[in-house]
Order: sequence, then structure tokens, then C-alpha cells
Amino acid sequence: MMLKLTELAGSAKSARMNEKRILRQMLSGVGIGVLGVGTLGGCVNVAAPDEPIVIELNINIRQDVVFALADDAADTVEDNADIF
Amino acid sequence: MTHLRKILLTGLAAGLAITGIAAPAQAQRDPAYAAARANGSIGEQRDGYLGVVVAETAELRRLVNDINIRRRAVYAERAQSANATLDEYAFTAGCAAIMRTVAGEMYQAPDGSWQTRTASAPLRDPRCPPTG
Repeated sequence: MMLKLTELAGSAKSARMNEKRILRQMLSGVGIGVLGVGTLGGCVNVAAPDEPIVIELNINIRQDVVFALADDAADTVEDNADIF
Repeated sequence: MTHLRKILLTGLAAGLAITGIAAPAQAQRDPAYAAARANGSIGEQRDGYLGVVVAETAELRRLVNDINIRRRAVYAERAQSANATLDEYAFTAGCAAIMRTVAGEMYQAPDGSWQTRTASAPLRDPRCPPTG
């Protein structure tokens, strides 16, 4: 009987401790929430553009290179009339 | 009589010699390729290769692939001797190939759209040389 009482007291004590822990967790949760709201001000909104994104495939081809090759390439086209 | 025969034979020999020399230099387009170009079902792309303009058929795809493979081989060889990349060389040849299209043929404009070549200059990439 005595043992049972202490057991009950113990469980009541642990229940109180649990309560405290939950409260602490809740408070920290609120804290994180407040922190989240605080950082929201610094958010950058990224909206999809209306125009389709065109990827330039020949971005690596420079005009000076094309000019240097112009005569050679024009001759190649003329000399291979069957495939041009 | 013998004199006339000699002239005729000389003429024949000369004719054979001329056609014999001229044949390799006058490589013509395959009739199927020429027809597909003329009716606008295939066209010159910006990148130096051919593309199918209309709804693709297996026959058109095979035709275009065949010529593109041969073009690529020529580009690769010439690019190497010109100390350029394959893409650079192909692009430059594409500028020339678009310039050489005739009225009614199809070519790709800088924005990627297919255009019918008219009597006026084709729409080309600003990097294309003015003449070639």
C-alpha cells in the first residue's frame, strides 16, 4: 500500500515534469515561429517570367572566330556542292 | 575523208577529256535532296546542318541525317586544319549555307523560326560575316 502511494506520488511528479518540458518545448516553438516571421521580411520572391527562357546554343561562338573562318567555310560549302 | 575522221576523233577525245576532268568537281545534289530543298520540306539550320521543316517522315529524317553526317565529317576535318572547334566551323559554314539559299527554300532565322528565302537577304545571326 505504501509502495503504491509513493509510486503514485512519483508518477504525479513525473507528470508535472512532463508538463514543464512540454511547456518549454511549446515556448521554444513559439520562439522559432517568431524568428521565422522575423526572417520573412528578408525573403526574396522569385516569380516565373512571362516570356519563355531562350537558351542560346551558340553562346561560345565568338564573332572574331567566325570572321576568321569565313573564307575557309565559304570555300568548303562551294567545294562540297553535293551536300550543301 | 581521213582528214575529217581525224578531226572528228580529236573532237571526241577532247570531249571525253573535258567530261572526265569536270565530273569530280561538278558533284551535284542527289535528286531527292534537291527536291526536298526546293519544296521546302527541309531547310538550312543556324548551326550549319539541315533540319526537317514539315511534319517529319522517316524518309526525310534519313535524308537529313545522311547529309548532316557527311557535313559533320567535312566540318571536323576543316575545323582541325583551321584550328577551330567543330561547332565554330559548322556555325560559320551555316552562315554561308543560309546565304546561298535561293528564293523559295527554307532557312532558320536567329530566333529559331523557319523562314522562306525571298529575293532579299536572309535573316542571319549578327555574328555571321557580311559576305559569306
